[in-house]
Amino acid sequence: MSNFETTIGLEVHVELKTKSKIFSPSPVEFGDKPNSNTNVIDWGYPGVLPSTNKGVVEDGIKAALALHAQIEPHPHFDRKNYFYPDNPKAYQISQSDKPLAHDGWVEVEVDGKKKKIGIAEMHIEEDAGKLAHEKEHSFVDLNRQGTPLIEIVSKPEISSPKEAYAYLEELRKQIQFTGVSDVKMEEGSMRVDVNISIRPVGQKKLGTKTELKNLNSFTYVEKGLAYEEQRQQRVLMTGGTIGQETRRFDENTGETVLMRVKEGSDDYRYFPEPDLPALDISDAWIDSIKKELPEPPAKRRDRYVNELGITDYDAMVLTQTKEMSDFFDEMVKDGADPKLSANYLQGDVNGYLNDNQVDLQNTKITPKNLATMIKLIMNNTISSKLAKKVFKGITEGKEPKKFVKDNGMVQVSDPSELQPMIDEVISDNPQSVEDFNNGKDRAIGFLVGQIMKKTHGKANPQVVNKMLVDSMKK
Amino acid sequence: MNYFGESLNSIHTKLVNKKISSEELTKQTFDDIKATDGEINAFLTLNEEAALKKAKEIDQNGVDANNVLSGMPVAIKDNMVTKGLRTTAASKILGNFTPIYDATAVEKLNSLNAIDVGKTNMDEFAMGGSTENSAFKITHNPWDKTKVPGGSSGGSAAAVASGQVIAALGSDTGGSIRQPASFNGVVGMKPTYGRVSRWGLIAFGSSLDQIGPITRNVADNAVILNAIAGHDKHDMTTSTKEVPDFTSSLDKGVKGLRIGIPSEFMAQGLDEDVKDTVLKTADTFKKMGATVSEVSLPHTQYGVAAYYIISSSEASSNLQRFDGIRYGYRAKDAKNLEELYVKSRSEAFGEEVKRRIMLGTFSLSAGFYDAYFKKAAQVRTLMINDFTNVFKDFDLILAPTGPTPAYGIGEDVSDPMTMYMNDVLTLPVNLAGLPGMSFPAGFSNGLPVGVQLIGRPFDELTVYQAGNAFEQSTDFHKKTPKMGGNN
Repeated sequence: MSNFETTIGLEVHVELKTKSKIFSPSPVEFGDKPNSNTNVIDWGYPGVLPSTNKGVVEDGIKAALALHAQIEPHPHFDRKNYFYPDNPKAYQISQSDKPLAHDGWVEVEVDGKKKKIGIAEMHIEEDAGKLAHEKEHSFVDLNRQGTPLIEIVSKPEISSPKEAYAYLEELRKQIQFTGVSDVKMEEGSMRVDVNISIRPVGQKKLGTKTELKNLNSFTYVEKGLAYEEQRQQRVLMTGGTIGQETRRFDENTGETVLMRVKEGSDDYRYFPEPDLPALDISDAWIDSIKKELPEPPAKRRDRYVNELGITDYDAMVLTQTKEMSDFFDEMVKDGADPKLSANYLQGDVNGYLNDNQVDLQNTKITPKNLATMIKLIMNNTISSKLAKKVFKGITEGKEPKKFVKDNGMVQVSDPSELQPMIDEVISDNPQSVEDFNNGKDRAIGFLVGQIMKKTHGKANPQVVNKMLVDSMKK
Repeated sequence: MNYFGESLNSIHTKLVNKKISSEELTKQTFDDIKATDGEINAFLTLNEEAALKKAKEIDQNGVDANNVLSGMPVAIKDNMVTKGLRTTAASKILGNFTPIYDATAVEKLNSLNAIDVGKTNMDEFAMGGSTENSAFKITHNPWDKTKVPGGSSGGSAAAVASGQVIAALGSDTGGSIRQPASFNGVVGMKPTYGRVSRWGLIAFGSSLDQIGPITRNVADNAVILNAIAGHDKHDMTTSTKEVPDFTSSLDKGVKGLRIGIPSEFMAQGLDEDVKDTVLKTADTFKKMGATVSEVSLPHTQYGVAAYYIISSSEASSNLQRFDGIRYGYRAKDAKNLEELYVKSRSEAFGEEVKRRIMLGTFSLSAGFYDAYFKKAAQVRTLMINDFTNVFKDFDLILAPTGPTPAYGIGEDVSDPMTMYMNDVLTLPVNLAGLPGMSFPAGFSNGLPVGVQLIGRPFDELTVYQAGNAFEQSTDFHKKTPKMGGNN
């Protein structure tokens, strides 16, 4: 249909979870009183100098390894100069000509096809503060100033909005598994700058690109890009030209709206940061970081399929987040059946997380409690029906064994305890017994139900079933 | 009293023997500053109350006989932040700025119980070579009040030369310690880049700036450097190399030392008396057993251009923080953010500072970076290589400090190019990050003439060794200017 090809560029900022800032000892904490987590360095006070937080470099190396990037042995920092009140030195310490890492990739799967998407470079830098405006005043809060960021710049190899979505998902996953960031767009620990251009198929030169703003989720990124792709095609096919502009995505209409036309490029007057010597990253250091790096998602997936015997689909779902995968690993380590654990995580647990819009690590559900519940199911202590109630207890932080005991929920499987009830039900329901003997298998369900009623759901249904059949055959 | 004829040791002995108390000494220091500073204008801010209080405490606890700086009054150049004491860098933009922390060099002096008597005048943000670029006052050369004291550490050098203090801290980005030391007949050391922490030094050219001591003699200078040198966790460009005792080689003489004189430094434009002073100094070294030969630093001619591009580029970025938002001067009645920036900076920066911001901003701009900043950085590498080559065969380099002795106030100030050319002999040392020390070596029409010794990286020891040997065999450092007041 279309005679155009699309080129999408993504710049992703990821906030690192270090204790202190990238160039100052101030703590990285959010939600505190404005300017409480700041010191003279964060204020850009006269005479201050930055000191590089080694932990940030380490986290950057971790992310670079996860993205299969080449690590630069002697990266250095550069100053990016611009005036704004949220930027107290009037320059951001970033990296320009020798970033921490370059030439990485992630692999995505779109419409059943796998594709490697290149990462041009990855660098570490400081975040700016925040401004709040009120009537005729503006307030500066420098708590966020100096928060460490990594910026990941894609190569111009993303050719559809769908690929952009898949790229972001994969990037988020890879970084999330290294543990260096929460990588959450809704919390601002992942931010995405997007640009897109189209050109007639066969043309070498890239088309003029537009930048999109206000894309607050991966879905909006995809939608915004899809709209913009169509819009650019419409403009070109009707003889128009694409302007170099920044456009805002409107969540309500799904359209992009012109914000401002860009004239030329901003001149940030980059030059090497003289206050910080170039970093010295040895192979030995990289090796020791590699050893600390958590197992990446692809390896976990293989292990789940090959060693734990669960389906490829289940393994894929379990490796969507590090939290879920770690949770699963702990349950299995605790002796819970992998298949049953996977089922519960994807079913009841995910259902609970969705219903309550909460992350696994922010619930009272623990791997140990869930594993205990599964073991109780496995040894027939509780039925899967009772397990629903036990699971509810687990979400409230209850220990399953104690919960089962306290609520008298232990499954009754003992024939000597069940036989009198079975005899009673048989003598009370002659019609059902007759139906059963006439080959109406459904009748047994009614009789089992009567036993469950008498035992308040505690009878082991398999045992009851067998005993009923045996009794009625007599 | 003044400090003529004194040394750190002679004063220290008086303090230890209770010939004078620290409080008396400090009080007399302020009396002398007040008596003489009307004609010198070396100080921007006096720290009288706090200084006297501290001196009193030191007296009460007893002067430490093992610490030469115990109870010793010193002065600090006004581009080093001092906790609770106004620090302006001689700029209107910091006219009412009182820092909440101490520069590392200041803190080190404080912890040794030296007494900070006040902040000395300078060219605004250390940009200049005459102290005429101060936003507040013009400092006069104690040897001839119609002459400039040099700069940018003109206040510190004039305070030491006039006997107001026995020692002062300066800073040197392209000669700002050594040139005023030469103009004032005192000793000024710019240490190796990375030897002294820059934490708390209001940045000018970050890859060039270095704090150093200005004193009446070489031995005192080594004592002060001992106090302020060393690695600092606040400054990642400080060296982790062990710091030697800089007084340990003072008496070793120069026998066997190989000294080179760069022919490029002795070329055209050099005042005849200055040239003569260098040659006589060379003779003195030869007589004492050193060998002196001509050497070449072939890229010297590109130094001024490279230096002004690099230092101004860094300065243009360093000075952006003075935006009227968080501290310092803020223009009144700005209608919006941009106007607040433009008005605050236009009203509060001086002409020379603006000139360098423009030069630096231009040199870093897209389309010009490669031709200017990058080229300058490449020239810098060539100049470093020049020095490295010479130091393969030589221990020290001897050179004039400035092309002329002190010139008249107002003489050069309107001509930036002449001012910039005056730095030609000092700035290569900053570009190469080397230690360089200017010391008194002669006179020209009653004005002192200094020469400089340049050493290998982190070899201040040999510089002090040779400087002290020269001083011991000459009397130039003993001469004093005629001061008014109660002297």
